[in-house]
Amino acid sequence: MSSTRPLLSVKDLAVSFATEDGVVHAVDGVSYTLAPREILAIVGESGSGKSVTVMTLMGLTRGVNARFGGSAVFGSTDLLTATEEQLERIRGNDIAMIFQDPMTSLDPVYKIGDQIIEQIRAHENVSKAVARDRTITLLDEVGIPRARERVDSYPHELSGGMRQRVMIAMALSCNPSILIADEPTTALDVTIQAQILERIKQLRDSTDTAVIIVTHDLGVVADIADRIVVMYSGRIVEQGTVDEIFYDPQHPYTWGLLGSITRLDRERPRRLPSIPGAPPSLLDPPKGCHFRPRCPHEFDRCQEVPPLEAHIGEAPGHLDRCWLSTEEKRTRREVGEGQIGLARPQETPA
Amino acid sequence: MAIEPASELSSVEGGTGFEAVAEREHAVGVGPWRLAGRRLRRNKVALAFGVLFLLLVALAVAAPIWANDVAHTTTSANHLTEILHEGNKQVYVVSLSGVPVGPQWFAAGGKFFLGADDNGRDVMVRLLYGARTSLEIGIAAAIITTVLAVVVALFAGYMRGITDTILSRIMDIMWAFPVVILGVALGTALSIGGLKIGPVTLQSGSIAIPILIIGFVYVVYMARPLRGQVLSMREKEFIEAARAQGMGSIRIMFTEILPNLASTIVVFFPLAIANAILLEAYLSFLGAGVQPPTPSWGEMISEGIDRITTAPHLTIVPGLMLVLTVLALNIFGEGVRDALDPRAKVRISDN
Amino acid sequence: MIAVLFAISVITFAIFNVIPNGDPAFRLAGHSATPATIATIRREWGFDKPLYVQYEKTMQKIFDGTLISYSTQTNVDTEIRHDIWPTISLAVGAALIWMFFAICLGMYSALKAGKISDRFLTVLALTGISMPVFWVGALLSYYLGFKAGIFPNGGYTSLTSNPVQWAWHLILPWAALSILFIGVYSRLVRSSILDTINEDFVRTARAKGLGQRRVLLRHVLRNSLIPVISLWGLDFGAIIGGGAIVTESVFNLGGVGQYAANSIQSLDVPPVMALTIFIAFFVVLFNTIVDIMYAWLDPRIRLA
Repeated sequence: MSSTRPLLSVKDLAVSFATEDGVVHAVDGVSYTLAPREILAIVGESGSGKSVTVMTLMGLTRGVNARFGGSAVFGSTDLLTATEEQLERIRGNDIAMIFQDPMTSLDPVYKIGDQIIEQIRAHENVSKAVARDRTITLLDEVGIPRARERVDSYPHELSGGMRQRVMIAMALSCNPSILIADEPTTALDVTIQAQILERIKQLRDSTDTAVIIVTHDLGVVADIADRIVVMYSGRIVEQGTVDEIFYDPQHPYTWGLLGSITRLDRERPRRLPSIPGAPPSLLDPPKGCHFRPRCPHEFDRCQEVPPLEAHIGEAPGHLDRCWLSTEEKRTRREVGEGQIGLARPQETPA
Repeated sequence: MAIEPASELSSVEGGTGFEAVAEREHAVGVGPWRLAGRRLRRNKVALAFGVLFLLLVALAVAAPIWANDVAHTTTSANHLTEILHEGNKQVYVVSLSGVPVGPQWFAAGGKFFLGADDNGRDVMVRLLYGARTSLEIGIAAAIITTVLAVVVALFAGYMRGITDTILSRIMDIMWAFPVVILGVALGTALSIGGLKIGPVTLQSGSIAIPILIIGFVYVVYMARPLRGQVLSMREKEFIEAARAQGMGSIRIMFTEILPNLASTIVVFFPLAIANAILLEAYLSFLGAGVQPPTPSWGEMISEGIDRITTAPHLTIVPGLMLVLTVLALNIFGEGVRDALDPRAKVRISDN
Repeated sequence: MIAVLFAISVITFAIFNVIPNGDPAFRLAGHSATPATIATIRREWGFDKPLYVQYEKTMQKIFDGTLISYSTQTNVDTEIRHDIWPTISLAVGAALIWMFFAICLGMYSALKAGKISDRFLTVLALTGISMPVFWVGALLSYYLGFKAGIFPNGGYTSLTSNPVQWAWHLILPWAALSILFIGVYSRLVRSSILDTINEDFVRTARAKGLGQRRVLLRHVLRNSLIPVISLWGLDFGAIIGGGAIVTESVFNLGGVGQYAANSIQSLDVPPVMALTIFIAFFVVLFNTIVDIMYAWLDPRIRLA
């Protein structure tokens, strides 16, 4: 890959919360890097810790009950140990974030223009007029029609897709080097989803911003990601480029994810394939590999936590956390003609 | 076991309430009541005040014991001319200038423990019997309010149509009447004339009158929120299912909807008692509640205020008892509410 | 709205004329009245007419200002006009004081949610709610007024005649009334703030890199106060209409509430009728004002 220094370097990130019922290990030793202009996708189901991971980068998970470990180095600052003042300077300015539900992410009592202006003026010493002009340009760039009038609208006067665009405009208003998008399209229509993703890609192309996109939707991932991190129960189980993950997945959980996508170009399966079982409790995770209880391929070695390592010589950036040998993986993941999935070899649909 | 295609799982992680998410995940398998009980038990302060309330009730129940065996008097017996022996001094229960004696504690063997009022009556005895009256009124009125509110809410919320329109209009009217004014109006009118409903006659001095008035006046405040809940419950599937099974309306209301109102009712009830006790005090102060010589906290405070310049303890003592009781109920009620419906414990980050 | 007022007037009339077994003519006549006197009074005052006629006449007199009280023989309308000033003074002062303290305490409590200081303030607030206003008032009046002589012992001085005395006489009543409302409102504010802090848009505000203070004041407070201000408007309306009966009575302010209390106690129906409508009118009026205010505060409600 590139030899430039990574924009963001996360090492062994661990986040836990003390709750009424015990300690929740939401993130358990996550490491990845982010290069400029790169779109990194963090994939997983709810409870995998994917949201906590990125929110921690912004310091939004700090609280009396939270404990952190590891490091997340951005430039010369470790985001985990930075002071609140330092974080305030970084947030919205160097690292910006958009959230899942655009319907509730904007303050209902202020006009959208004013909310963007607020952000600009919080980080840059410009006049209201200049900020307003910039805001109108931004709204235009994200595809909001009649931006000059819309800038004085209230959030409730806009549709979900529009509001998400406003969020993107707001996030990009101070030209951050990293944009984090936490499930940006989950609450939106499929058609709008495509538009938003397209917008994000375009913006990356024109502004060099790196993007971390958190999602559970592999369709979204296939669309725009360069690299993928697959998370399960607080840990990274597989990591690699989009091609590596889609065409040579190494971890059974990834097979399960890929296998549960229904495809138009194949025969309709009798049953929707899915990963049996439920994600483990974060309070009391299984010993060893967290996926063990749901994995049809588990064997006695799995009682020991598999390290996240590269097993394929030609792909040093493709890491996975599974004890199976590479040949076994490539065999077992074939559950049908060219079909990747998690079903037991004996349960291949006839 | 839940089998869900990975691509259809909705993301639950929103907001900063991660602890709540985890908590929810772990709470599977424990019913909401037991969970609430657990939480309540952890709330030491609320429990302490709940126990305090029970102690006060116990004191009230023990009133006759104190009256007969310790103070050897009744609530109305006046000892105007009696003389107490304080050490080797001799003090009149009520001095010649009309000033009653202050708290004796155990100096006179328990008599006039908290002093006397200017009629020569034993304050402690009156206080305990007053507790009885106030608590009786409070609890009975709260029960009336709850029962009526539930019935009104069920009928208005479930039946809708004309029933709802009429009941809601009535509730709107009552809502516009400030509680105290309505209570005072009814209280004054009824305490003078008594009440005659069909074959039942209530004398003007009967405490059933304040009970009914207070119970009635607060119905609206409980019925409205409950009605809202009934309205939303009405649209849920389990009601549709019940109707499909052929259950009649009345049965649905009382066997399906009512149990779901239980947690709201449980939260409201201690607060209803507290409010009833307070309203009784307000009414008695204005002469529209408990009539003298029957003691109640409100009545005693009312009499005390008239004589506050000469004998402040007559105002302070019953007031403190009342405040303590109402406070205990309020704190316990808060604890119950927290136990049944905890907010995700979010902190603003410390800096 | 009119329907509600109408209904209230009917109910009040009913309470006082239908329920008690007393005859107003008897009361007016006094103890040593002869049957003839009573009959004359009955005719003069119209007690011999059917109830609905009496009601009608009373309502008429209320609106053309000629209503006379049974017991004091004074014009009710004049009396109300005179008494409204102490009530307004009490209401405005108390409302501002309690709101200011409630917001401060509520905000502090919310920021320290769960910690000892918060629990302590909650108990304090609940204590405020648990104390009858007249008890607090009487004790304040006694200890700070009568004994210590710092404050006057009740009564009211009008603002125009002597502003300093006006305030001086109102400090204790304001305090007594505020203690109750600070208790109620600080908890409302606290609760609303805690709800708002969990909202997504607050998270967005933080993610924008805004300072804590700005997030709190511009986003959290602004949103969380909306429901609280609405309730505040309603309570304020109720007090202006005479709802602070006991406070006015204990401090002898001579306001509308005290007038109502006295009239009720002497079963003086005309003022009671007038005052009930008066207070109901204000409650309904403020209901409307609050609705309008809500729309102004929350853009989502502003529809055509």
